[in-house]
Amino acid sequence: MLKNIVLGMLLIAIFLLTRQMEPLFASQSSIGTMLRWTGLYGIMTIGAAFVIISGGIDLSIGSMIALIGAQFGILILEYNMNPYLAMVVVLTMAALIGLIYGLLITKLKLQPFVVTLCGLLVLRSIARYLTGDDMVSGFVVSDSGESLKYLTASKLWGLPLPLWMLGGVALVAGVALNRTVFGRYLKALGNNEQAARYSGIQTDNVTIAAYIICSFLAGVTGILFAIDLGSVAPNTTGTFFELYAIAAAVLGGCSLRGGVGSIVGVLIGTAILRMLYQAIETLRFAELEGTVIGVVILIGVIFDEIVRRVVANRRTKREMPIAPTETG
Amino acid sequence: MPSDSPPFLEAERITKSFPGVKALVEVSLTVGQGESVAIIGENGAGKSTLMKILAGIQPPDGGMIKVNGELVELRGVKDAMRLGIALIHQELNLCDNLTVGGNIFLGREPRVCGFISHREIRKQSVDVLRQVGLSLSPETPLAELSIGQQQLVEIAKALSCNARLLIMDEPTSSLSSREVEALFTVIQSLRAKGVSILYISHRLGEVRRVSDRVVALRDGQNSGELPHQEITHENMVRLMVGRDLSQFYAHVCHPPGELVLQAAGLRTPTHPEESLDFELRRGEIVGLSGLVGAGRTELLNTLFGIAPAEQGEIEIAGQACRIRSPRDAIAHGVFLVPEDRKLQGLVLDMDVRENISLPALAGMSRMALVDGRRERSLALEMIDRMRVKTPGPAQVIRYLSGGNQQKVVIAKWLAMKPKVLLLDEPTRGIDIGAKHEIYELMESLAKQGVAILFVSSELEEILGMADRALVMHEGRLAGCLSRDQLSEEAVMNLATGGPLQAEQVQESKG
Repeated sequence: MLKNIVLGMLLIAIFLLTRQMEPLFASQSSIGTMLRWTGLYGIMTIGAAFVIISGGIDLSIGSMIALIGAQFGILILEYNMNPYLAMVVVLTMAALIGLIYGLLITKLKLQPFVVTLCGLLVLRSIARYLTGDDMVSGFVVSDSGESLKYLTASKLWGLPLPLWMLGGVALVAGVALNRTVFGRYLKALGNNEQAARYSGIQTDNVTIAAYIICSFLAGVTGILFAIDLGSVAPNTTGTFFELYAIAAAVLGGCSLRGGVGSIVGVLIGTAILRMLYQAIETLRFAELEGTVIGVVILIGVIFDEIVRRVVANRRTKREMPIAPTETG
Repeated sequence: MPSDSPPFLEAERITKSFPGVKALVEVSLTVGQGESVAIIGENGAGKSTLMKILAGIQPPDGGMIKVNGELVELRGVKDAMRLGIALIHQELNLCDNLTVGGNIFLGREPRVCGFISHREIRKQSVDVLRQVGLSLSPETPLAELSIGQQQLVEIAKALSCNARLLIMDEPTSSLSSREVEALFTVIQSLRAKGVSILYISHRLGEVRRVSDRVVALRDGQNSGELPHQEITHENMVRLMVGRDLSQFYAHVCHPPGELVLQAAGLRTPTHPEESLDFELRRGEIVGLSGLVGAGRTELLNTLFGIAPAEQGEIEIAGQACRIRSPRDAIAHGVFLVPEDRKLQGLVLDMDVRENISLPALAGMSRMALVDGRRERSLALEMIDRMRVKTPGPAQVIRYLSGGNQQKVVIAKWLAMKPKVLLLDEPTRGIDIGAKHEIYELMESLAKQGVAILFVSSELEEILGMADRALVMHEGRLAGCLSRDQLSEEAVMNLATGGPLQAEQVQESKG
């Protein structure tokens, strides 16, 4: 809670500071871009958060985005599939890939890092193979002139549609994480897998579910990016997106040790990263993008660690007087 | 020992606290040159903490330490080693991918022009190895040594740093009786050379043999000392427990009720060569005894579905069951309080409420949503019933003391009507007061008709609490002792299972 307030203040501070340096930053189009991109990036970050809270990691999000986007385009262009049916097909495919990850991680006890690293390599190369390594484009507007562009470009009550989508996903994710039995199991599992198992929780199923959710949301992001950009370049689209997602989740308070994380934090974390990105673009020193984002995340994590230690210390001191007592 | 020179080590009024526990309160201890002092005390009495402080692993919160009469500050293991204090850990700290010599000189390898001089290592290792009675080449890979030999290598390592005080934390816990003898011989010869020994052990028979003096700790405080001639089993137990054993255990005999659990031809994955048959009855408290590694924990894990049986039948309340996972066991009313509460029993960063409700959660949810109000009221009820000392249900478990944590582990299951409760070392590492409460709870559960099977490495606990005891030896059930047959000798006899160990039993009888 406190952490989210601090992060929120950081967000506002970055906004005000950048506007001070370059008033254009607060222009309507600039803000619109930031919100739209926050929506797109946020959806995949929520997926990554589920996996991170379970104590795992998914390194294949970027490749997944490329593969799903490319396959989506191919289904429409080459198979003349209805775009909405194509969405269902590719999202099923994404969920199946998540299921495979989950099975490899739980049943064969492979490390998530290794499994999804292989996923990163394999999915990207499949995308390149399916497309003949050519850019896929021209699938957004159909022959009859219907366009899918509205999904990412239109606005509802003044806010970009992707932001509304993110809101919907976040609401469902928040309820799932904080109010359902599944969410409680996920946190227990991420914190102490053994204890969860000894309490009768079928930890394998919970883990598998986390990877399915992550892959599914990466798939959703892949479709949206394909529509937003109007094309998918199989060897470049989505590169490093897994790292953006992990970075935003960590900045938003998810611990890579597992068991900890909040959806609100993830949203603010994503928004901060997108705003930093936009600020760097506006102020025209793009070469330093990595430095700025890396340093901000480091500061956030260090700050978090310090707060955690202070709290733990205070707690220890306060509760000291409970000395062992004798009975009997 | 010349009486005018100061004792080698004097620790005065050492105090140390951890979150939720006062581990040591003004504990004092002296060890003379060449003297062998044993520290005794129950689990959680503060022995290990004291040792860690003396070895420089943890700083004390208060008190002072003198070595050879001079005030010292131990900021790390290096400081302690320089002063000649070495700790031989319960778990050995050796690298089994290196040779014996490589281990002895790990971290301070003799060098020639920056390269490790294997010749120098060999020369110096041979000497210290001889001192601990090991006649093997320093080139031997450590992995080829038995645990007992590795322990001696660890001592050799300490000697090569010119250790003047060896602190041994449960050195015999995983040794065979012949290795124990070898260790004792080494200890004697080291003392003759003026090396002091601080010896921690639960095995009171050993304590009597190796020590000149016994210092007892209880609940983190000095609870008395015994000079050599007064070291008897009874005296030591009195100092450790602080009361007569008969008062401490709340046991009353139960008339066993009808059959609840029956196992026939059960084979655990760890010891598939042994077939186990036993039964548990309503309202019965059964102790499961045996040495470490005899397969007790494995048996409980099999009954709870953590390590499903390879073969055999389990009948619960007359109904044949297949227990393939904890979920199956829970569905049949068989619950386990595991051996390691921090690793297996609790989600440490969750709060008391979330931990208590974890196994029951699915049963008290509506449409997959957690019913927060019911969850909270369950937690409050359990905190009250188990007398968990916590500021409230929202307290993070990590900050509770060991005893209160253990009560929460048990509370998890009480919400769900146990038929059979399996307890693995239920009182390990918790203070005496909480121990007593857990015994009372076991009693009251038995009275309500729950069948209890508990593993304990403390013989007194088995003798004090069990209606009968199953004793395991190397994976097989060596025997069952009824209440009248129960005695320390009888249990040890079955647990050790061979004529060689029979002498030991004789000796520990004292």
